[in-house]
Amino acid sequence: MSLSTADVQKVARLARLAMNDTEIEAARTQLSGIFELIAEMQAVDTTGIAPMSHAQDLSQRLRDDIVTETNQRELFQSIAPQVETGLYLVPQVIE
Amino acid sequence: MLNSSLKQISAALRAKQISSVELTQLYLDRIATHNPVYNAYITVDAKTSLAQAVAADALLAGGGAQALTGIPIAQKDIFCAKGWRTTCGSKMLADFIAPYDAHVIEQFNKAGAVNLGKTNMDEFAMGSSNETSYFGPVRNPWNQKAVPGGSSGGAASAVAARLCAAATGTDTGGSIRQPAALCGITGIKPTYGTVSRYGMIAFASSLDQAGPMARSAEDCALLLNVMTGFDERDSTSLQREQEDYTRDLNKPLAGLRIGLPREFFAEGLSADVGSRVQEAITEYRKLGAVIVEISLPNTRLAVPVYYVLAPAEASSNLSRFDGVRYGYRAPEYTDLADMYEKSRSQGFGEEVKRRIMIGTYVLSHGYYDAYYLQAQKIRRLIAQDFTDAFKQCDVIMGPTSPSTAFNLGEKGDDPVQMYLSDIYTIAVNLAGLPGMSIPCGFGDNAMPVGLQIIGNYFDEARMLNVAHQYQLTTDWHSRAPQGF
Repeated sequence: MSLSTADVQKVARLARLAMNDTEIEAARTQLSGIFELIAEMQAVDTTGIAPMSHAQDLSQRLRDDIVTETNQRELFQSIAPQVETGLYLVPQVIE
Repeated sequence: MLNSSLKQISAALRAKQISSVELTQLYLDRIATHNPVYNAYITVDAKTSLAQAVAADALLAGGGAQALTGIPIAQKDIFCAKGWRTTCGSKMLADFIAPYDAHVIEQFNKAGAVNLGKTNMDEFAMGSSNETSYFGPVRNPWNQKAVPGGSSGGAASAVAARLCAAATGTDTGGSIRQPAALCGITGIKPTYGTVSRYGMIAFASSLDQAGPMARSAEDCALLLNVMTGFDERDSTSLQREQEDYTRDLNKPLAGLRIGLPREFFAEGLSADVGSRVQEAITEYRKLGAVIVEISLPNTRLAVPVYYVLAPAEASSNLSRFDGVRYGYRAPEYTDLADMYEKSRSQGFGEEVKRRIMIGTYVLSHGYYDAYYLQAQKIRRLIAQDFTDAFKQCDVIMGPTSPSTAFNLGEKGDDPVQMYLSDIYTIAVNLAGLPGMSIPCGFGDNAMPVGLQIIGNYFDEARMLNVAHQYQLTTDWHSRAPQGF
């Protein structure tokens, strides 16, 4: 299977990865090789097989709806790239 | 002391033959000497480690010591440890100081163990050679030109070079077992759900599992006693009775049924690795085991299934790295979307980006059924193969890796070749079974060979027994690389 340049550009955009033309082309070649490997799966008849998402078939546990976390805003924001008066700063999104 | 078992070290600490501070300092000195070459550790914090050792010595003196109290353990840099830089081998987290402890770290702290430092690893645990680390490759103590395996390559190198008493690793597709094999040490990935993933930086959540890496099965059993246990903060943590994994170590093996999957001894296996594994099987026959030929017919599909499911989960898990709340942010950008894209492109390495791209593609509109759903269905077929096989045998054995350690740079440019080297380990993760690797000799290039032991769900105590009995009659596990 071979991916087109447009396919790779679209995936890069969805994945929020900036890539220049050289990187797109390199990714296209390598991803095509990997998808050739993956293509082996297509020949397998899986009619009637239920998908397996986890090794143990667990149901999600429920717990009481109570506060379990303490406020650690200062600690958590001390490792943020940019904060001001307790807020995370990002480029303006609304004019 | 460097070649003593954890049990012997613990006894020496209690008998005051050595203090935890002295032992910790001994390892810190060795790290200072050898780490510039082997690069097994990303972060060492002598002051913090020694403070923990002082506290451990107080516990030892006061009679409150447990089995691992005062023993210096190297922690893979995937576990958040409060106050410690926790990088996951990535530029994205190069300056990240963890604000909390992973469950595994909490457990070692409670046991009074000393955190000796954070070990090097493939970036976000994506790799089989430790060459994708932002902090540079790790070298194999058996040969400096060779890779240590990955992703827990720093841990394996540190154990082999006696730069720690024991270490932790994580295994998503073989990341404990393959480096253990390539560095001649013992490592076990327990049943999925037995060790909490809380605070362990996520790669592929339905496959990730932590486990110990040490010099013997007995050491691994003691470490597993500390690492396992229910934790409500991990939604897949299993509520089970606490086990003593040392309980069966001394059972005889007479009558043990060992299954040998014919698919594990087929094309692609190096002759020298195959011979060493067969010699180990011969040793097991002498110990009273009986050999059963079995089949795991979907083995060859494990690689493609894994390289759909793991990247899909990774692309989702790694979407949290956006340069807003923590981690790397690009120095220059025009708007919010540009900030996300530049931060991620500059913060992630090539292999991580490749896997995010694969994962994003297989989950994208129009491809979900053909790739992701089909892979999940075949995953069930692979798990069923093991269920069928365990009707005929107690444990499954085979090689851990198709070859011994390859040289740095040898497979770097070809991701497909690198992925194919995980063939014997990844099916175990897909099924969620426990798997381990123990040393069973040396290949033609004098590099270690690993024997893989796969057990049924929750059968770790038996696997450790099977490994321990072999280690009582052979000495491969106690060999040290020259100069160590």
